[in-house]
Amino acid sequence: MVQKLDTLPETPSQTAGPYVHIGTIPTFAGLAGIYPEDLGLSPIADGAKGEIITITGSVFDGTGWALRDAMLESWQADAQGRWPGSDGADPKVGGFCRFAADKDSGEFVLRTVKPGATKGRGGTTQSPHIALWIVARGINIGLQTRLYFDDEDNAADPVLGKIELRPRVDTLIAKKTGPGAYRFDIRLQGAGETVFFDM
Amino acid sequence: MTDLGPLIPRDRAMHPPAYDVDYKTTIARSPNLPLLSLESTPSEETGPRFGHGILGALDNNLIYNWTKGAAPAVGERVLMHGRVLDENGRAVPNTLIEIWQANAGGRYRHIKDTYLAPLDPNFGGCGRTISDAEGRYQFLTIRPGAYPWPNRGNEWRPMHIHISVFGHSFGQRLITQMYFEGDPLIDRCPIAATIKSRSQLDRLVAPLDMSHARPLDFLAYKFDIVLRGRRQTMFENKLEGM
Ligand SMILES: [Fe+2]
Repeated sequence: MVQKLDTLPETPSQTAGPYVHIGTIPTFAGLAGIYPEDLGLSPIADGAKGEIITITGSVFDGTGWALRDAMLESWQADAQGRWPGSDGADPKVGGFCRFAADKDSGEFVLRTVKPGATKGRGGTTQSPHIALWIVARGINIGLQTRLYFDDEDNAADPVLGKIELRPRVDTLIAKKTGPGAYRFDIRLQGAGETVFFDM
Repeated sequence: MTDLGPLIPRDRAMHPPAYDVDYKTTIARSPNLPLLSLESTPSEETGPRFGHGILGALDNNLIYNWTKGAAPAVGERVLMHGRVLDENGRAVPNTLIEIWQANAGGRYRHIKDTYLAPLDPNFGGCGRTISDAEGRYQFLTIRPGAYPWPNRGNEWRPMHIHISVFGHSFGQRLITQMYFEGDPLIDRCPIAATIKSRSQLDRLVAPLDMSHARPLDFLAYKFDIVLRGRRQTMFENKLEGM
């Protein structure tokens, strides 16, 4: 027998199921009042510095149907590219948000401050982006992806640079639709399939 | 923020594959193309922190939180407890843990659940807590009922509690389910069976823990949770270009 490792394997994931909202955004599920307010209602408080933007989109399955039961989480830096909780970060930017696909239209809306460029590993600079995590019935382990902006310079981003199939980079770029407004659709499968990460 | 080194890459063999023909909803919701595996960056290594200030006194007591202490929920009273650890075996303190579950009859309080078992007016079905300095957490709840769901002809979920854990970085984010020791429906469940290794599935089955049960009050089940760890060596971030 070889020596025994003293590491533990990660707990396996299971689908969040159709009722994920009960535990994460109970007001959406019909449990208003169980907590004073749902967690992650907004990633920013009034007075956050920077450009306030609204991102609208849907999560589409392989048939082109917009999921009505997806729950998304986002995590981002402030307008200066500082992570919430770190030195000098904007105290009005919590950085974390939870939002669900609308139960009738399947559309989600994220209102936040546009993040700044952040430092990557090894002295690199990451273009402004928002990290996303998507769960739903039929998704066995949460899907990690990122949202970048089409009005930013993404040419030197170290993560986008690792996407070998270059046309797929476009799946991670939100399109500006008006002042402070962007569109970002996520495609789980098939044509235009979004790049999902294992990071 | 101290640089702890990157997250240990996920061992995807431990987790369910995205596509599983026996869990039909995965078929149109699973990516066809491979995930892009990269070393974590600060975007994955940082994450939201939640303080004890967000918690109400009854937030981890599902027997009473829906009625604000006025009346108890119906069902077999159960303490769910355990620790949150990382892959290095270290406690994960001060992390938010959220749970949700069906009531004793197998019905969820959710706008989309129309199962014929009735709602319990005294049961909401969600709770939350924050782990202590040793990573410990506990919930007082009722044993959820099994319930049928549309998949194959006659499909029933085993009794289970859904669990969401944050850790300290966004890349540690995990949602899973706790099953109860001895439930014969576990072996028939295509969602449990998305986990292809029996030893891994067993890690989601909580054993009856009489040492934490309170006589004449509640039974106890133990459920430890392991999140991704950080790779830490003295060589971390020293040898650029290697
Ligand atoms: Fe469930």
